[in-house]
Amino acid sequence: MTDALLRLDRVNSFYGPVQVHFDLSLEVPHGQIVCLLGGNASGKSTTMKIILGLLKPRSGQVVFDGQPLTGLTTPQIVRRGIGSVPESRRLFGTMTVRENVLMGAYTRSDAKSVAEDYDGVLELFPKLRERHAQQAGTLSGGEQQMVAMARALMGRPRLIVMDEPTMGLSPLHVDRVLEMIQTINRQGVSIFMVEQNASLALQIAHRGYVLQTGRIVLSGPAADLARDPQIRDAYLGGAQAA
Amino acid sequence: MLPTTLGPWLDYTINGLVIGNIYALLAVGLALIFGVSHLINFAHGSVYMVGAYIGWLCVTKLALPLPVTFVTVAAGCGLLGAVIERVGLRPLRNAPRIAPLLATIGLSVVLDQSAQLLFSPDPRALPTQLPTWRIAIGGGSIGALDLLIAGVGIGSAGLLYGFLRFTKLGWAVRATALDRDAAQQCGVDVDKVNRTVFAIASALGGVSGLLVGMYYNTIDPNMGFQAGLKGIVAQLIGGVGNVPGAIAGSLLLGLIESYGIALFGTSYRNLFAFVALILILVLRPNGLFARARRLPPEPLTGTFIAPSRPLVLPKWAVWALAAAALALPLVVQQPYLLQTLGNAWLYALLALSLTLVAGTVGQVSLGHAGLLAIGAYASSLLALDAGVPVLLAVPLAGLVAAALGTALVYPAFRLRGHYVSIATLAVGEIVTLVILNWESLTRGPIGVTGIPPLSVAGKPLVSGQWVYWVPLVVLLAFAALQSRLLNSHLGRTLRAIREDDVAARSYGVDLNRYKGLAFAVAGFIAGVGGALMAHFYSYINHETFPAPVSMLALTMVILGGLGNVAGAVLGAAVLVGLPELFRAAAEYRMLIYGVVLLLLIRFRPQGLLGTV
Repeated sequence: MTDALLRLDRVNSFYGPVQVHFDLSLEVPHGQIVCLLGGNASGKSTTMKIILGLLKPRSGQVVFDGQPLTGLTTPQIVRRGIGSVPESRRLFGTMTVRENVLMGAYTRSDAKSVAEDYDGVLELFPKLRERHAQQAGTLSGGEQQMVAMARALMGRPRLIVMDEPTMGLSPLHVDRVLEMIQTINRQGVSIFMVEQNASLALQIAHRGYVLQTGRIVLSGPAADLARDPQIRDAYLGGAQAA
Repeated sequence: MLPTTLGPWLDYTINGLVIGNIYALLAVGLALIFGVSHLINFAHGSVYMVGAYIGWLCVTKLALPLPVTFVTVAAGCGLLGAVIERVGLRPLRNAPRIAPLLATIGLSVVLDQSAQLLFSPDPRALPTQLPTWRIAIGGGSIGALDLLIAGVGIGSAGLLYGFLRFTKLGWAVRATALDRDAAQQCGVDVDKVNRTVFAIASALGGVSGLLVGMYYNTIDPNMGFQAGLKGIVAQLIGGVGNVPGAIAGSLLLGLIESYGIALFGTSYRNLFAFVALILILVLRPNGLFARARRLPPEPLTGTFIAPSRPLVLPKWAVWALAAAALALPLVVQQPYLLQTLGNAWLYALLALSLTLVAGTVGQVSLGHAGLLAIGAYASSLLALDAGVPVLLAVPLAGLVAAALGTALVYPAFRLRGHYVSIATLAVGEIVTLVILNWESLTRGPIGVTGIPPLSVAGKPLVSGQWVYWVPLVVLLAFAALQSRLLNSHLGRTLRAIREDDVAARSYGVDLNRYKGLAFAVAGFIAGVGGALMAHFYSYINHETFPAPVSMLALTMVILGGLGNVAGAVLGAAVLVGLPELFRAAAEYRMLIYGVVLLLLIRFRPQGLLGTV
């Protein structure tokens, strides 16, 4: 499986003296949805930081499309074709919805095709068309999540990394966000998502990894993981009760 | 008010708005910089001064037409701004937030001193080539320069609005200000954004300096300090990082000053701004236009304590060093050398005081010279006007400095990080201005002459050895006291406040009481230091303890290692003693301080002996 779109190869990362990841390796194949599951402080969000270059691993490397990302800055990595939907959306609150979405195309200079893509994105998220002049910070959580996804799409990424895309959303919006992720994926964009809510993530993912205190303890096709008794005890039971 | 008296008030209003426009050019830049980098740029005033000098060169030496002068000033200062970002800010990206602030102070000292060395400290005339006609309106009038200033102000605001609203880079600036990480994840190169913002802000600041020079027809190398502070005040009135707020705050400040001068007189000019600053910090720290009366949390916190293992001298070494210092006059007889070292010991008292406040409690005070001034005036006036014996006046002055200093800084106790630094800076300025203006008590600008020397049993202690011994003995006593204090329960509590004030409070520490205690002890030490200075110098005025002395004190304590008692003494000995001994370097002394401060923050934030 050397032809994976994204590959983390024996990554060891640290916050000061504290080690977060221990020989973390994982892969996102072309065109798939891969989810990384884990509880609090398991190192999930740090994995996102490693992929996006916000934190540099002490050893090991991140390989995207056959090219190591070592030494690249976050903007350079984004230019390579990785879009990001950060944890709790992180929109530019006092900028309008339109400005937020177009910020996603910051790396592109082809004004005409950006305008086309913008129309395309609005078709995907019709709600944003009515809200385009509104300040992004005034939207509901679900609408903000749509803006965040639209923003990530505008960079024409081949991979979108998402940090807890369903966090803090109402059940109605959770379903809609999951559908959107599948729709985006069907358009050929690979997805790597970090989730605490294992049952939801495994519904739409092709593959899953389970991270525990910085080590991968389980991995496999999503359907297998969903049936795995260990997962059911550790994650699904709690998640369903919640 | 009667119509006949309205004329001058119209003039005051116009004048206030013109000055407000000039402040706005500064404040907008400061707001932009704060927006993207959460930094209050203390070098901004120096850029303004550089703008005025570039303008002066263009007008008087090169005889360039006015539009070319403006473009040259904007380009030159824009370039300088980009350099400041590269040198002062970018290397300190991951340092505590107060570090780049201190770096901009260092840069400002370097720029001001370089200008002084290049162009001499004397003021220069900056003639305008504008026509001198004035249009009469009501009872007042407007001149061509007033219109030019208004035009530049409004024009810049319009250009800036267009840039932020309609250009891609402008969007990137706004996005970076709102969420730096998210902007990076959109592919925004935040270093480029920072550089752009510094360049734009500095270009505006430089133009502001040029306009001020033309307005008053005079420029000097120190014009930036006050102006930079005014810009900061205006920005705080409008709310930090808020660009339209900065413009409104500037116009308001201009009007307050103009009306204030009309009512009270010119020498009060700067007092209004600083009193307004303190009021704003206390009543509405988020600015007049903010909805919530709440301090912005994270970005402004953080002290400048680099993790380090302090050098601990063994007890016998401390005793040996103290004994050697005391015995020095028996070996060395040159009065000049002893006097220099005595002066260094006096400054060491100031450093001791500052290291307690800035190091141990983590409240970086930028107005510490004010405590010296209070002590010096209290002791001199007690001795001269109240007939108190000098030996009693000195400790009394310490008490006065402790009480007044603590009371003045008290409103800032609930502030954190940058805000404490700004508030203490303002308090220092207020002390100087009150001394200047309260003539019946302080004799105003004339100063206090004939201050009696320290004397024991009618024998004045003025000879070389005494000038050395008295400060040294006082210093050793206070240093011993402070070491004891830091090793006690109290010292631990003070450090806990520095490390995490919220955690300290949740353990039942009454922050105000402990901060008050620290400021009182610090005030007493610095007050006694100032009092001794007054009795040795025999003459003081409002300029004896200017703002650069506060910066010098800060450099001393960072050099020695923040919170480190021995470090404070070493810092003072090195920075006051050494340059005096190399007399050739006298005029470069302040420049050296600035460079030392910059290098320390960048390469050795823990100082020579380590932070405690």
